[in-house]
Amino acid sequence: MTRIATTPGLFPLPDDAKEALSDLKGHQKGDLVSGDESADVSAVYDDVREELVALQQDAGLDRIVEGQARWDDMLAHPLTVHDNVSPGGIVRYYDNNNFYRDPVVEGDLTFSGDLAGDLEAASALTDDLQAVVPGPYSLADLATDEHYGDDADFQAAVADFLAGEVEAFPDAVETVFLLEPSLVENPPGDGADERASGAIDTVAGATDADVVAHPYWGALDEKVHAHLLDADVDAIGYDLVADHDDNVYNVAEYGTKDSVALGVVDGQNTLVESPDTIRERVDWFEGQVPSDFEDVYVTANTGLFYLPVNRFEEKLRALGAATDGEAVEEAEVEA
Amino acid sequence: MTDTREQFRPEDHPNDHFLLTTVVGSYPKPKWLDRSKDLLEDDDADFGEAEWEEATDDAARLITDEHERAGLDVVVDGEMRRNEMVEFFADRIDGYEFNGPVKVWGHNYFDKPSVVDEVSYDESWLVDEYEFTASVADRPVKVPITGPYTLANWSFNEAYDDEESLAYDLADLVNEEIEKLVDAGARYIQIDEPALATTPDDHAIVGECLERIAVGIPDDVRIGLHVCYGDYSRIYPEILEFPVDEFDLELANGDYEQLSVFEDPAFTKDLALGVVDAHVAEVESVEQIEANIRKGLEVVPPERLTVSPDCGVKLLPREVAYGKMANLVQAARNVEADLDSGDIDVAAPTPADD
Repeated sequence: MTRIATTPGLFPLPDDAKEALSDLKGHQKGDLVSGDESADVSAVYDDVREELVALQQDAGLDRIVEGQARWDDMLAHPLTVHDNVSPGGIVRYYDNNNFYRDPVVEGDLTFSGDLAGDLEAASALTDDLQAVVPGPYSLADLATDEHYGDDADFQAAVADFLAGEVEAFPDAVETVFLLEPSLVENPPGDGADERASGAIDTVAGATDADVVAHPYWGALDEKVHAHLLDADVDAIGYDLVADHDDNVYNVAEYGTKDSVALGVVDGQNTLVESPDTIRERVDWFEGQVPSDFEDVYVTANTGLFYLPVNRFEEKLRALGAATDGEAVEEAEVEA
Repeated sequence: MTDTREQFRPEDHPNDHFLLTTVVGSYPKPKWLDRSKDLLEDDDADFGEAEWEEATDDAARLITDEHERAGLDVVVDGEMRRNEMVEFFADRIDGYEFNGPVKVWGHNYFDKPSVVDEVSYDESWLVDEYEFTASVADRPVKVPITGPYTLANWSFNEAYDDEESLAYDLADLVNEEIEKLVDAGARYIQIDEPALATTPDDHAIVGECLERIAVGIPDDVRIGLHVCYGDYSRIYPEILEFPVDEFDLELANGDYEQLSVFEDPAFTKDLALGVVDAHVAEVESVEQIEANIRKGLEVVPPERLTVSPDCGVKLLPREVAYGKMANLVQAARNVEADLDSGDIDVAAPTPADD
């Protein structure tokens, strides 16, 4: 079994970039990332990407994300920058005190290449690249459809769109995290649960990289979890910060994939978990379920943009240290 | 229930009926105050704390006067000394620390504080603000305070087992502050709980917070609760049990679609009705506002209706904010005159319990 330290991305901007970008771009909704940023703005994002990659490397993370600094609209980003999508009003992001531009889909979701472009740039900086992608169920849930007309057709179109984007990823991508918080926050009912799993399967099938389907903000309903097991992904994520008991129940009752991702670091609280605490949480999970995992992705439960920069950096270092083999041995020797 | 309203009727009030006019709290800051703030933060500028205090005094006096000029019965200083509704208080409460800005949306950030230790009362939060405003105002002054549930919910919690116990500890501190404000002469306190709109299932926690806040507060002190931008059907009628005199609600923004929520069961508290939109930069006409006020009379009788904007108006251009206040007052006076002359039939059921 290998413990792999990683994160679901969506990092906070470094504080100087917050200022530089708000000066360059402005504060209103029309000023946010559109996919055709000016050279000045792109240059800032290039610097930020380098900084965020270096930060993860220094922290000792095993998978390095691009950081998603450009994702002004969080998980809705791949649609809000699409040519056939109009950014609508500012709407609440789940039940957080955060807001994003409602992507109103007005035409065919054709190939965009926006995600691949950022990953291409990141691939020059690291050999351990992990892509972060909104899952098709969540992305459809966050958007407004004014083109496809039918929920099932729309989700299928979003899945095909994401599959096309993932297919264009550079070969350097080793792992793809598909983030699916809507599976918990707005769970699909009968029939829709099977379709959601099928949509995830569509996206996962577009890459040879390992795919992790990662729901968070709680545990999946039993049926949703059971259907998700049918998707051809390499690992499923469990948010142990939000709900460890129900997640353990799901795994004990229904089993899981050969690999798992465990959300053991709170992406939404400034209290920094120590490497020991992180290891204990992973050990605890493995003690609760039949565990013979190939890989265990040790991760924050959510994206990390909720945090101020100092605590975000400390959490990266704690994750890196928690899976550092030498550090573990040293700790054991000292104990 | 003690009548806490009549004490705010001006001696020279022109009509028999009295629709209390007031504001929620925040008001656009004068541009020169923003420039003063920049100077305060600029190490090279010859501008220190004493100069800043003078600037905020000037701004508070200016906006209090502006509220009086608009004709409001109860005024606020426009929260000229406050930067943000959580930061301002967290800065004054022991147990909080700040680690840096976090994203709200786009490039809009908020210095979200962390609770790292048990919270405790240190310096007074608002007594100086109240005493200054009262000293420059001819009309009674209302004091808005961010409620304990919002102070808890919009912070990182590192120290408490859960948000609920943090909120209760903060409620005890709010109670302590209100006692000091009452000693200083304040008779109208408004608790702001916008966080309740995003987590309506927690209304029982907010209710328990208010029980703690109300302990030992004299009966003649008017306590209001402001809640905005949420689905009121998820907190009504439960909120009628809260120990407050008045609910201040945002309803103009949704064109009164939610008004029917409060018709059944009957609304037993005073209603502070939002009659102008806080996020539309056009001044509503007096006629339009009169029509909005009449909608409030479908829910409560005139002696329990307060007239105010939907929410704090700090994001509006200042002249628009003033125009809304002035028209709001004119509309209230017109409706009072119509009530006096019997030109308006009150539809609200007469309360049976007082």
